[in-house]
Amino acid sequence: MKKILDQIRGNKWLQLGLLVGYIALTSLSLILAQRSVAAFLLLLLSFLLLYYTKLPNWSKWAIGLAIMFFILPFSAMQGPAYQEYMDVATLVGIYVSMALGLNIVVGMAGLLDLGFVAFFAVGAYTYGIFATAQANNFMPFGTYPLSGNSFWIFIILGCFVAALFGVLLGIPVLRVKGDYLAIVTLGFGEIIRIVFNNMDQPVNITNGALGLSSIAPPKIFGIELLYSNQIYFVVLFILLFIIFAVRSLEHSKLGRSWKAVRENEIAAQAMGIPLVKTKLMAFAIGASFSGMMGVVFAAKQAFIDPTSFTLLQSINILVMVLLGGMGSVPGVILGAAVVTILNAQVLNELTMWFNSLSTAGIITLPDAMSPVKMQRFFFGALLILFALYRSKGLIPAKNVVYDKRKFLSEKGTKKRLQSVAAPKEDEHDHTGS
Amino acid sequence: MTQVWDTLPQVLIDGLTLGAIYAIIALGYTMVYGILELINFAHGEIFMAGAFIGTAVLIGLTGLGWVAVMPAIFILLLVLVITGGLTGMLGMGIERLAYRPLRKASKLITLITAIGVSFLLQDIVRFITETQQNNYIVNTPSLFPGSLSISGLNIRYSFLVVIIVAILMMVALEFFVNRTKWGLAMRAVAQDQDTASLMSVNVNKVISVTFFVGSALGGATGVLFAIHYGTIDPYIGFILGLKAFTAAVLGGIGNIRGAMAGGMLLGLLEMFAAANLSAITAGLLSSEYKDVFAFAILILVLIFRPEGLFGRAAIEKV
Repeated sequence: MKKILDQIRGNKWLQLGLLVGYIALTSLSLILAQRSVAAFLLLLLSFLLLYYTKLPNWSKWAIGLAIMFFILPFSAMQGPAYQEYMDVATLVGIYVSMALGLNIVVGMAGLLDLGFVAFFAVGAYTYGIFATAQANNFMPFGTYPLSGNSFWIFIILGCFVAALFGVLLGIPVLRVKGDYLAIVTLGFGEIIRIVFNNMDQPVNITNGALGLSSIAPPKIFGIELLYSNQIYFVVLFILLFIIFAVRSLEHSKLGRSWKAVRENEIAAQAMGIPLVKTKLMAFAIGASFSGMMGVVFAAKQAFIDPTSFTLLQSINILVMVLLGGMGSVPGVILGAAVVTILNAQVLNELTMWFNSLSTAGIITLPDAMSPVKMQRFFFGALLILFALYRSKGLIPAKNVVYDKRKFLSEKGTKKRLQSVAAPKEDEHDHTGS
Repeated sequence: MTQVWDTLPQVLIDGLTLGAIYAIIALGYTMVYGILELINFAHGEIFMAGAFIGTAVLIGLTGLGWVAVMPAIFILLLVLVITGGLTGMLGMGIERLAYRPLRKASKLITLITAIGVSFLLQDIVRFITETQQNNYIVNTPSLFPGSLSISGLNIRYSFLVVIIVAILMMVALEFFVNRTKWGLAMRAVAQDQDTASLMSVNVNKVISVTFFVGSALGGATGVLFAIHYGTIDPYIGFILGLKAFTAAVLGGIGNIRGAMAGGMLLGLLEMFAAANLSAITAGLLSSEYKDVFAFAILILVLIFRPEGLFGRAAIEKV
């Protein structure tokens, strides 16, 4: 057995073959058995297998993109549960993006933010207010609701507004450190929610606790994107952009400064890292991802109200980051996917299963213990267990190991010197994203 | 302005009640923070658990027929002692299982664990209550019904009970911390754990005792809350705990008298805001904003005077 495993570990063609076989098998079973959530989940698992293969990076991406764009939608398309699957996939995309945003703040820069959902709310309300008749109440010009064509501009707008809020929160808050920071951000998150909940008087801006309904769906080339299978592709494009941005930020000058600040603020400052600017950038960039997805969320749900943006949501995103591994991009993607699927599908399935068991009279589970209601229990237990036994998460963050020989060899030195000589380019690179 | 004057006496009474509750919960936060430099997020939940345990004991005693025959004060003492003991054990257990293994870990991880504990407790209480009575909102039987009416002013008997018990608990804690051997050990550990352990203080035991005392006080406060306000649910602890933490910060965290003063101040301010915010701002802000008010105080204090109103600034050494 061990011999076979070793062989698989060593041979990447064998891995490719097995992976393709696995994908073919799971997608086929999803096509044949549309109601089977297990098949859908197993198909999603292929991403994890893909991550662990030893294939070169470009081919991993090629296979991953092929699954996301063609195989997954196609094999889910054949049956009645299509929209349901696509809805889950869309939610996964939204939460992965948010978790990647929080990962920058908590994982990379080491600033514990417990009010992260506030930025999501800001993004969602930015689109929600202008894409309903709500904006007529206070805007002196223009007619509202804006059509779905404006959605694309609002993605960028939501990104900037959320980043602005991130900076506004950051400026005063960065004077406090550690656990105080956590409390202050928690307070900020609650303040944003309460304010949105009460901004229906004296001027009705957010429609208070009633929320905003019938938000205009996005529109492209005259087609309204009403269904989850259409929004799915929008989310996919934004997600890919975010993953690209995070990946390139991670090893940039800014990314390295974040990690330095996380490890030791004073030492980082002594190395010439501007503390305030670095932290503010973390807040702003993290918030902007969340803001973009807020816009998408508002468009997808077509209804938002303050109850979607509670502390539980912030903790939810924190669980994703911790579960995956703080600071680790693939880990956080995995963590977010696992938690979202657990929330959106597995808990429901389990509840239905238990219900069917109890109607069949095999076991009786009190209604209070139905898995859907036990969300807090599971999250709390996950937080404790992971903090105690695996605080680095499912896929721990890897730092680039400093290769001394490569550095000393002539070629390496030259490359190194070039990058030192041209730091401007590096800096330009990340302010743009 | 006349409205402000007219409501002032009632605001003072309500504010003092709420303030006393904040103050005792704040003591729990401040004691733990003083020793471990950890924000024990689960403390609000211990308060909530105390409210539920107290209610359960009270209902149990009513079922046994004790409430009908014995004086209410005696019943109250019994409930307070039982609840305090149980929640004290709960706090000690939490420390032993969740915080002690992480004492050397980074603060971020410990804080996240504390949030986890708090969520876990909320849900455990919810499902126990819900399996018992299909609904997680519980009405506590009132032990001190009726009220005094002095010139239009409504003073409930339970208000007097809350204030007197709260003051007694605070005095007892002051005595415990300043006059007993355990209190001395606690202060020593708070100052310097390593030195204290060299002076043959059993640090782990002292930390356990601190958690016990803090949690027992928190649980007893839960009983007072349940008796005074009458309705409890598993989610009262989090926001109330947060505000109590605000009170602790307001008074200077780690400072026991500061926490008492901070709690009273915050309770009064909040009730004042709830009664008068919309009148003062001419309807611009409704009284719903009273929570915003409390958090805004927290943020302002943390930013401009992180050592609190009564604390001394700590100098960070490198």
